[in-house]
Amino acid sequence: MIQDYLFFTGINILLAWSVYVVLLTGNLSFAQGAFMAIGCYAAGIMTTRYGVPLAVAVPAAMLLSSAAAVLVGFPALRVRGIYLILVTVGVTFCVRIALENVAYTGGVEGLKGMSGTRLWHLGAAIAAVGLLLFLLSRSPLQRILDAVREDDRVAASLGVNLTYVKLLAFGAGAAIAGLAGALYGHYLIFVRPDNFDILVSIFVVLYVILGGVNNMWGPLLGATVMTLLPEFIRALQDWRPTMFGVAIVVMLLLRPEGLLKFRQPSARWSGHAGR
Amino acid sequence: MTAPVLETRSLSVAYGPIRALSGVSIRIAEGETVAVVGANGAGKTTLMKALSGLLPAQSGEIAFQGRSIKGRGPHDLARAGMLHVPEGRGTLGTLTVEENLRIAYDVRPARLGYDEATAAVFARFPRLADRRRQRASSMSGGEQQMLALARAIVNPPAMLLVDEPSLGLSPLMVKEAFNVLHEFRDRGTTMLVVEQNVRSALRLADRGYVLRQGEVIASGPAAELLADDQLLNRYLGTRTKEGA
Repeated sequence: MIQDYLFFTGINILLAWSVYVVLLTGNLSFAQGAFMAIGCYAAGIMTTRYGVPLAVAVPAAMLLSSAAAVLVGFPALRVRGIYLILVTVGVTFCVRIALENVAYTGGVEGLKGMSGTRLWHLGAAIAAVGLLLFLLSRSPLQRILDAVREDDRVAASLGVNLTYVKLLAFGAGAAIAGLAGALYGHYLIFVRPDNFDILVSIFVVLYVILGGVNNMWGPLLGATVMTLLPEFIRALQDWRPTMFGVAIVVMLLLRPEGLLKFRQPSARWSGHAGR
Repeated sequence: MTAPVLETRSLSVAYGPIRALSGVSIRIAEGETVAVVGANGAGKTTLMKALSGLLPAQSGEIAFQGRSIKGRGPHDLARAGMLHVPEGRGTLGTLTVEENLRIAYDVRPARLGYDEATAAVFARFPRLADRRRQRASSMSGGEQQMLALARAIVNPPAMLLVDEPSLGLSPLMVKEAFNVLHEFRDRGTTMLVVEQNVRSALRLADRGYVLRQGEVIASGPAAELLADDQLLNRYLGTRTKEGA
């Protein structure tokens, strides 16, 4: 049981980070559940039907999720704000409906027979993604992402290629979600399209908003607390969505930037800013 | 006559059926400061958007350093050396002063090292040096306009497009902003300044163009335009006493 708790916490941390990466350019994505599904199904089909080893299937699934995101993102990232959010919601519905209706993916019956994910695989994935995000936060690219989020017109006037930067974030976010999906499927053995309901995407966004959107630790904290809290406080189980709703309202009133709201200006690039 | 850095030939731009610019031809030579002036709605902003790639041209030609730039986006032009200083203090508010400069430096190819480049900027703008670790949004409007101008020269471009530098500033800060632009000019920076504050802009410029309802109605040496009371009164509404 403890192992399951840890596993679902870890998956949610990866998903929260996948939302965070897209959010770095100021775009809120409700499609991360869909990219997780693509990763899960892609890896599952590779291992169960074609005998591809898991170690190969996982990176391949990440690439596929990423490619799907770039394909959707290229036209979609032209729209902004609430319209882009609606597009990502649409993507989530489309993917689920497609998985339910295509015989190749197993339809509503789902896909079975995947196995092989060990807890330490997930731990290693979190460590690797975490390390990359940490390095990113110290790199010049972080500043460019901040500029795009702050005011994309100004960023463009300084020479930032908006299409490229936004697609990069969207693609990277989808790769992380695809990684989570591939590991998830091979832990559960059996998945169905309704494992990737729109609620998954919504919950993940809420983890990020609760935890904080300004640094990589916020999503980690949000995902951990909101996954474990209902497990340990049994009475809360049935009230999970209600609890979420209340938490969001309270947070937005008290701490609109999330639990961990710090952003370290100029901590990065200390070689120049330090003097 | 030297080859123009930036030139438009019979440029027309329309918003749907509404023509905002008709047959505008302007040219800016190397090292020259040119002002485009006009009242509200004369087409100044439209011209700026068309030049920086935010609006498509309906007809006509735009050339930068002898090559057509029609259809090229803002980031592309910035990298090619035509840097747009956006109107209304286009600073990145949640980033620090230093980060604002750093991005401007990083994104485009640079000749000087970063420390060298910023040392010159901070020497000219000591207030920005004091505030380098502060969020840009914590500064006054005037200081933010200074930051926008400083950001433009941290990595000097081939040409600057300065969009309404006086917008939303107090008279004192307008004067300060124009002082900076005068320095840029004296150093030989090629500039196109689009401005509503007609007198300040024409005093700064070598040559000027007067826009009215999307057309160039007068052009010539800035001093001559400035001396033409009739023109200024009739089309630019500067009858009131001159501003700062």
